[in-house]
Amino acid sequence: MATTTAPAPISGPAAGAPAPQRGPRRRARRARREALAGYVFLSPFLLGLMAITAIPMLYSLYLSFTNYELLGQTSDWVGFDNYREMFTNDPQFWHAVQVTVYFAVVAVPLKLAAALGVALLLNRERRGTGVFRGLFYLPSLLGGSVAIAIIWRAMFDRTGAFNSILAVVGITGKPWVNDPDWALETLILLAVWQFGAPMVIFLAGLKQIPTELYEAASVDGASSWRKFVSITLPMLSPVIFFNLVLETINGFQGFTSAFVLSDGTGGPTDSTLMYTLQLYIKGFTEWEMGYASAMAWVFLMTIGLLTVLLFSTGRMWVHYSDEES
Amino acid sequence: MAVDVAAAPRARRSRGSGNGVVRLLVILIIMAVVLYPLVWMLGTSLKSATEVNSNKGLLPEQFTPGNYPDGWTALPDVTFGRFFLNSAFIALAVVVANALSCLLTAYAFARLQFPLRKFWFAIMIGTLLLPSHVLLVPQYMLFNKFGWVNTPLPLIVPKLLATEAFFIFLMVQFMRGIPRELDEAAKIDGCGPYAVFWHVILPLSRPALVTTAIFSFIWTWNDFLPQLVYLSGVDNYTIPIGLRMFQDSGGENAVGPMFAMSMLSLLPVFVFFLAFQRLLVQGINTSGLKG
Repeated sequence: MATTTAPAPISGPAAGAPAPQRGPRRRARRARREALAGYVFLSPFLLGLMAITAIPMLYSLYLSFTNYELLGQTSDWVGFDNYREMFTNDPQFWHAVQVTVYFAVVAVPLKLAAALGVALLLNRERRGTGVFRGLFYLPSLLGGSVAIAIIWRAMFDRTGAFNSILAVVGITGKPWVNDPDWALETLILLAVWQFGAPMVIFLAGLKQIPTELYEAASVDGASSWRKFVSITLPMLSPVIFFNLVLETINGFQGFTSAFVLSDGTGGPTDSTLMYTLQLYIKGFTEWEMGYASAMAWVFLMTIGLLTVLLFSTGRMWVHYSDEES
Repeated sequence: MAVDVAAAPRARRSRGSGNGVVRLLVILIIMAVVLYPLVWMLGTSLKSATEVNSNKGLLPEQFTPGNYPDGWTALPDVTFGRFFLNSAFIALAVVVANALSCLLTAYAFARLQFPLRKFWFAIMIGTLLLPSHVLLVPQYMLFNKFGWVNTPLPLIVPKLLATEAFFIFLMVQFMRGIPRELDEAAKIDGCGPYAVFWHVILPLSRPALVTTAIFSFIWTWNDFLPQLVYLSGVDNYTIPIGLRMFQDSGGENAVGPMFAMSMLSLLPVFVFFLAFQRLLVQGINTSGLKG
């Protein structure tokens, strides 16, 4: 970050300290001292990595091969039963997969398109850009909250604000959040509404594109569209890729809004049953920790695979300017 | 930021002001659509019960601030004051825990040489992509064993152990921008790694600490799933859980008070947004943080 301005004067430590002597032994001792200090500073992180992340992860892998129930007393090794059950005999699971994939596939491109579109508009605008940027970003700060999910639900209710707007244009609305065909769409809209965060990143990326490129293209008589396709998009591709990865991973993890909109059920008729919501229901309302752990591992593998996939396809279309030299 | 400066000499010729007016108009229309839900929330929180049903406009015909005290005390046995206190306590504890633990970790990664440094750094980046839901079940069982369920401890203690890789990454990026000559000068004056941290890195890392603090606060304030899982007694409920309970118990008649409480719950985030807007935007620029 470039916010550091002039280096602040160092409050001098012990003025009479001996100047460090040169020599290999002295240097080796210093290196050892630094290595030790490194691990001292790293110790909270390492402890957390072990106790909060690694060991629980391995434990959940173990759990996924058991029929552990927190309230029931069973905790037997069942091999791949949970996984087999999930893939062959659990329509809810497949339904949750379908809902989540649909959500991500529709919401992520729409959100990124909105983010890029508004960023392009703002990039051209000279008046009040800071204020606009801030206001567009505001929903990203608020959108994940329960409060906004409650508002959203009320807004797309039968008597909500959205229908009263439609009524002005003479369209009779429906109870969107209670309609299995439309409930998920309202969630998608809520995700798209939060386009501000990727927009800010797009704006920063746009400002890095050298203006000479556009000037040269103008001299050659290129149209605005041509400039967008041949200059803006390729130059912006690393930022697009970054946003795509981030938003895809986030898209798969949406929980709060689905929970609030459906009272924690994933309804109406499972239309908003996001994967994480189904995982929560299995783990924390039915207390089937073994099965929930298996679901968590399938989730982890899928996200991991998806990331690898994104990165390998990314090579084909992401353009890094320093690669050419 | 450097990018802002780079954008300044944009000496493109204005292509007629008509174009600019249209663009500004489009921006303003999108802005109106985006802000509509928030204004509607504010307006509805000030409508009386009858007006909620009859007046679908943005603003109330008759201001009814009574929704706010009504909502505050709408639930039996507990007020929203309790929820605010609980949320504030947890959020502030997380702010301190994240700032402290991530700063120590970032210093090690950014400035010190030690065996396996690159390995641990790669692991740290890897945990950035790790969905928190994967750890929900085993962590719950762990904290259940400790007897920590229905206390705020599971929400705070992990943050003391630098588990928020986002902030470590943000701080490492920031520290890389602090000139190394300052470390060297301090070393010549006899400073070891600890003194360099204390006298050089800590004072200069203030902007990164502030960004971390603001994001920690807002995220924890809005966070739902962990609080839903770990807090089971009404006395320990935070605002998100309290709002959910309100939504469950209140019927159609409680819309005004419910909106009033939703509005209040977002107030701290609004305040932070107004006070630190530039820092927040810079924060996501440097690290790609999600708001």
